Amino acid sequence: MPQFEYLAPASVDEAVKALMSAPGARVLAGGTDLIVQMKAGRTRPAAVVDVKRVPGAIGVRRESDGGYSIGAATPGADIGEHPTLARDWPGLVEAANLIGSTQVQGRASMGGNLCNASPAADSVPALFAARAVCVIVGPGGRREAPVEAIQAGPGRTSLQPGEFVLEFRLPPRPKRASDAYLRLIPRTEMDIAVVGAGVSLALDGDGSVAEAHVALGAVAPTTLLVQAAGQALVGGRLDEAALDRLDAAARAACSPIDDKRGTIDYRTKIAGVLARRAATIAYSRAEAR
Amino acid sequence: MKKLHVSTTVNGDAAEFLAEPGTTLLDALRDELGLTGSKEGCGSGDCGACSVIVDGRLVCSCLMLAAEAEGKRIETIEGLASHGELHPIQQKFLEHAALQCGFCTPGLIVASKALLDANPDPSEEEARYWLAGNLCRCTGYDKVIRAVLDAAAELRQERRVA
Repeated sequence: MPQFEYLAPASVDEAVKALMSAPGARVLAGGTDLIVQMKAGRTRPAAVVDVKRVPGAIGVRRESDGGYSIGAATPGADIGEHPTLARDWPGLVEAANLIGSTQVQGRASMGGNLCNASPAADSVPALFAARAVCVIVGPGGRREAPVEAIQAGPGRTSLQPGEFVLEFRLPPRPKRASDAYLRLIPRTEMDIAVVGAGVSLALDGDGSVAEAHVALGAVAPTTLLVQAAGQALVGGRLDEAALDRLDAAARAACSPIDDKRGTIDYRTKIAGVLARRAATIAYSRAEAR
Repeated sequence: MKKLHVSTTVNGDAAEFLAEPGTTLLDALRDELGLTGSKEGCGSGDCGACSVIVDGRLVCSCLMLAAEAEGKRIETIEGLASHGELHPIQQKFLEHAALQCGFCTPGLIVASKALLDANPDPSEEEARYWLAGNLCRCTGYDKVIRAVLDAAAELRQERRVA
């Protein structure tokens, strides 16, 4: 591996200073993307800033209002073991836990998944659907941004020099609200999504959809929040007509590439299918709460 | 590049070493501490031959910097046998002939230990999913799974007796 300076700051201020100390310094969370890229010579940062000792970067915290703060560097295994997160946000947890092997789950984080900015990142559509907010720290202080403001293109983010995502905030979860994430891969485990679909919805007392958010992965240069697909579900029960509208809106949003994992036509068709299935799972989970 | 001083606990004993920032934990274990049981298969986190347990979590030591191990508790394949006695998982791998060339075996056994630490009574499906990140290119997986489930049964029995 090319050499670099390794810094492990113990505070936000030190971490920002460390990131500013060398142009192109990279943030290290679980390293399951960054270390692979450094070994392959695809990135040669002069400094690597390990943020895992920064307070807040690791851990899942349930807030007094019922929302959550999730440290951006929290490994998937910790996310999966939290006693209530999977009850309130099962789709987000299943998305985070789909990434890689058991070994990768011991290290890989949602912050890394988001900021690596792969169009096929599994946890990102679920974060979009959950309407997660990023807490970003940097030389200008602390700011919040919706999660969909981070990815700028494949491998690129909108974060400014010295900035990093410290944690994710999830809103309080009302009763009769839930989410789901599905991805298509040709195998049963350990593969990169051909398409991913995250759906989060909340129901009225009579079982009609009060609010719905739909996000798609691997069908565009960045993860997509498909507002028209969410709107297609609102106002009624999840019947065939609503699912048809969802399917059409999801397909209309796609602008995928043709590659060895799938053609444009295939990915577009599957985006509609997965959005339907994820919505159906999220709906039945919401009804059961 | 200046070397970093790293203090860890390896298999229950304090261990210190010097590492360049770009040295992986796997390379430090093998080259600085002489613990060559953990293997480098792919070097990219796909094969699991370098599996170790860090603070109770199974990880690929090829995808962790040695410097990140500061203050951490590390378990490697060398820590499984005690007083010259093989760990039940190791014994069952032998009995079931769950290895051929043996290159993937340390990683598979460490991953199996992490599984049985977390779940003493896994189903076959749970064991297969847990071990999906450990690749074997000769024996195949059937004997491995049989060995792991048999070791789990024996460990449960030992716990009942103790």
